[in-house]
Amino acid sequence: MTELCGIPLAGPVLNGSGTFDAIAARHAFGDAVLERFPFHAFVSKTITLAAREGNPPPRLWETPAGLINSIGLPNKGLEGFLGLDLPELAELPVPLIVSVMGFSLDELATLVRRTGERDEVALIELNVSCPNVETGLVMGADPAETARAVERVRPLTDRPLIVKLTPNANDPAAVARAAEQAGADAVSLINTLKGMALAPRTARPWLGGTTGGVSGPAVRAIALEQVRSVTTVVAIPVIGMGGIATGGHAADFLSAGATCVAVGTENFRDPAAGLRIAAELGEPAAV
Amino acid sequence: MKVADEPRTLAPPRRRTAHVTAVERLGAYHLVRALDSGGPQDPQPGQFYMLSTDERWGGGADERPYLPRAFSHARAREGELSFLFEVVGPGTARLAELRAGEGLALVGPLGLGWRPPREGTRPVLVGGGIGTAPLLCWQDELGPEATLLLGFRSAAHAEAASLFVGRPEVATDDGSAGRQALVTDLLREQLDADPVATVFACGPPVMLEAVRLLCAEFAVPAQLALESGMACGFGACFGCVVPTKEGYIRLCVDGPVLDGERLESALLGGAGH
Ligand SMILES: Cc1cc2nc3c(=O)[nH]c(=O)nc-3n(C[C@H](O)[C@H](O)[C@H](O)COP(=O)(O)OP(=O)(O)OC[C@H]3O[C@@H](n4cnc5c(N)ncnc54)[C@H](O)[C@@H]3O)c2cc1C
Ligand SMILES: Cc1cc2nc3c(=O)[nH]c(=O)nc-3n(C[C@H](O)[C@H](O)[C@H](O)COP(=O)(O)O)c2cc1C
Ligand code: FES
Repeated sequence: MTELCGIPLAGPVLNGSGTFDAIAARHAFGDAVLERFPFHAFVSKTITLAAREGNPPPRLWETPAGLINSIGLPNKGLEGFLGLDLPELAELPVPLIVSVMGFSLDELATLVRRTGERDEVALIELNVSCPNVETGLVMGADPAETARAVERVRPLTDRPLIVKLTPNANDPAAVARAAEQAGADAVSLINTLKGMALAPRTARPWLGGTTGGVSGPAVRAIALEQVRSVTTVVAIPVIGMGGIATGGHAADFLSAGATCVAVGTENFRDPAAGLRIAAELGEPAAV
Repeated sequence: MKVADEPRTLAPPRRRTAHVTAVERLGAYHLVRALDSGGPQDPQPGQFYMLSTDERWGGGADERPYLPRAFSHARAREGELSFLFEVVGPGTARLAELRAGEGLALVGPLGLGWRPPREGTRPVLVGGGIGTAPLLCWQDELGPEATLLLGFRSAAHAEAASLFVGRPEVATDDGSAGRQALVTDLLREQLDADPVATVFACGPPVMLEAVRLLCAEFAVPAQLALESGMACGFGACFGCVVPTKEGYIRLCVDGPVLDGERLESALLGGAGH
């Protein structure tokens, strides 16, 4: 049994936002995916106020033991999410964490207020760290900016707020401490590291979005160090992620002081990665 | 298990191991057969699997592969899946090294396959190069009624034609097997002779675009099996989107088979896994 900001979870294994679509998984796998759900809590893909198409393809580039993605936050927007996706996500057998990103503090405030009103939503994650969108980098890279964002939305909901930190900051631990002081209930890290690839023949940027975010085993050592540096300076729970592919990797993040771990890119290789990692940790399945 | 009205058989929600029974060379291509006792026996023609290997998936050229790779099943018979592929990079190079007895890791079947031909029309199957793979099981299902038009670079590639039942019409770029022509030349002749058809096509983007335009010209429905780079194959990453008239769609969720009418163009960049 794990507790995250007062919410009881059957275990500590979450998914990284944007790395598992429970609704699409149900189309491919049927209700079998709900009967043995791979995570102890489910984190939605980041939603924004307005609907977004996302970046032009190609959106993926494989690196040694990793991936660069330039997805660009495609989503149905707040209204689309509340009307279409939330009723389906409410059928999941685990608590729901909704990830939100605002391009301004007003947008962020609307997103937090509206999602926080819904009973189906257990926690809210503030994505201030997406490297694909300029404002994301600015907000999460700077302790004062992060604090301003948290202070603005903290009074708008009684749901626990998780701040997702970017590794593309000079001092992620300083940003974590600023978030805690401004009223965040937890922090999660790492998001993807900024990276790029050139197309083999033309030597022009391969990704439609020019740059992208690196994830997977390639970033695990960096993530572990950042998680440890954050857990040593904050008292609130930390959700650790970055390249976790086995129970052993997850145990390292827990040993570094994380309360929960999240599985990201490994889900792409095995839709049951969360179940396997929980079992290797000696934790029960979610259901 | 098949979902009603959709050419989609559901996949078990986990990566599993199929046991390689044979790996054969077929001219320029490779054919891997594997016993998939943990998966459904009835994948729909045109669906696909995400493949990797139990051992040594990684450490090839550029220290890749890392992600699994998408492949249409060429056939599925009594639990044995076969995959026909061309070596183009580190993932396919590793698959070509598989030996009988090794483990082929897979997730699938995934995506939506071919839909039946429009009532009262003759199915015309058009394959270009390795794009012939998903037409094999589709011909098996449609039976001798279907017309087969296949295009290849050379005689070595055209050996794949021997996998089909009957005698498909073959064109090669260099005339080393069949006629020296483009497969779309064969399609034009076929539609001139009998325009009451439904076309099913898979091949390189230039070929698919030519097929799409030709079918529009003859007002014939076209189903096109497209490719795009995929990381997951089950809708998780949003990496495989292709532009359509309705905006971007995830090819692994809504495809890989799409109606030609949904596309502005079949010329998509960034194909691969
Ligand atoms: C639904 C579907 C079904 C398919 N069915 C078949 C089939 O039946 N048979 C078959 O042979 N093939 C099939 N393919 C294509 C197959 O998935 C690719 O050939 C395979 O992924 C190539 O992997 P690789 O590692 O050998 O080559 P890669 O090195 O990955 O190169 C393949 C292409 O990917 C791009 N690329 C190169 N490097 C990278 C990189 N680092 N990151 C991202 N992209 C890169 C380039 O465009 C390159 O030409 C299918 C694809 C899809 C989407
Ligand atoms: C394809 C892809 C899409 C992602 N989308 C989001 C997102 O929408 N919001 C977010 O906060 N993080 C997103 N992430 C970051 C992951 O949640 C995670 O922080 C990161 O990938 C590191 O973990 P991993 O190495 O285990 O993947 C995405 C990552 C990938 C690979
Ligand atoms: S391949 Fe991941 S969403 Fe299609």
